[in-house]
Amino acid sequence: MKLGVLFSGGKDSMFACWQAIRKEEVACLITVVSRNPESYMFHTPNIRLAALQAEAAGLPLVEVETAGEKEEELLDLKRALLAAREQYGIEGVVTGAVLSVYQAARVQRVCRELGLWSFNPLWLADQEAYMEELIDAGFTVVIVGVFSSPFDESWLGREIDRRTLDELRTIAKKYQVTLTGEGGEFETFVVDAPFFARRIAIEETSKVYRNYNGVLRIERAGLVAK
Amino acid sequence: MILLIDLCYRDGSLSRDEFVAPVERLLRRIGVAFTIRHYTTVGAQDLESADAAILCGTALMDTGYTEHPELFRWLLTFERPVLGISSGMLALAAAFGGGTEPCREIGMADVRVLAPDPLFAGQEVFPAYTVHEYAVQVPGEFVALAASDACVQAIRHRSLPLYGLLFHPEVRNEWVVERFLGLVDRQSP
Repeated sequence: MKLGVLFSGGKDSMFACWQAIRKEEVACLITVVSRNPESYMFHTPNIRLAALQAEAAGLPLVEVETAGEKEEELLDLKRALLAAREQYGIEGVVTGAVLSVYQAARVQRVCRELGLWSFNPLWLADQEAYMEELIDAGFTVVIVGVFSSPFDESWLGREIDRRTLDELRTIAKKYQVTLTGEGGEFETFVVDAPFFARRIAIEETSKVYRNYNGVLRIERAGLVAK
Repeated sequence: MILLIDLCYRDGSLSRDEFVAPVERLLRRIGVAFTIRHYTTVGAQDLESADAAILCGTALMDTGYTEHPELFRWLLTFERPVLGISSGMLALAAAFGGGTEPCREIGMADVRVLAPDPLFAGQEVFPAYTVHEYAVQVPGEFVALAASDACVQAIRHRSLPLYGLLFHPEVRNEWVVERFLGLVDRQSP
């Protein structure tokens, strides 16, 4: 089955993409770029770098812009899925939804309207097992946004390796946050994945940070051999 | 031993992680032994050694299992507890001659308990996660136990512990699966 992966550049949609590649045919990646930093559906830091990630993966990218207002976003999502169907003949859509009933239900509704299959391979995933698998499989994931205490400026740009995962475990226990950042505590960007032909080298970044709220903007990045 | 049955479009499909794995993890957390089989590979031995069976759901577009009613005929003589979830409920009802009618619900819906049953004891209304395109026409040997504003959400056989749920209990209503397992008389660990 030809599938399009709804794609934000973060670890969940990338991992879902990898699951899909192993079981079906991924024909394209699809991003909805929100101009609203408070987007309900589509996270924003560094989403413009999705094109570079798509190139690293050797997959075409369908990119649609949205003003990022709550109901309009659904129409923009529909537009993106229609474009992916028209250009790449997709029969289904893959998302990285883990726990959000809100996000999963909205995508399911749009897919159903368009007669597309919907796949959420990370649905209700065990967070511990998922994070372990992510590292074991060879994903390189960097934290590019922090949105709650105790994630301070020092977390921006950190790679999620075993040491970071250990720290996240301690934090998850102490602060009642999710290990995966599912509650919006932090955002991630994938610089390497098992299905990437080349990996992303981050060359220049800038930080905007204040009171446990900040983003790492990737100003310049390129592809290098693995 | 609980027999957990995958109704998705093929064995080892991309939907398995979404519709079978969450139930699998729930059973593991509760601490019951189980075996997983795709509906096309359920054998006499599996049925014989099962203390109960759980039929998992499928993606909205996935109706392949409805083309193989003969693979669900064992439900008529199984007589031990069965929990059919979403598409699993449709398969259970179909085995007993129940038809379907279009009824699309996607997202959270309030489920109202209609008739007393140990599965829902103490509950009147609870929010549940739904992803379905059809609802069942309750077969004659079954009673409706609960409903949303749109359609029947839970059924039970009149004399056997055979249950069907249209909503997905593994999402936010794990207690329903725990209660179902409480009804199972386990012969093996």
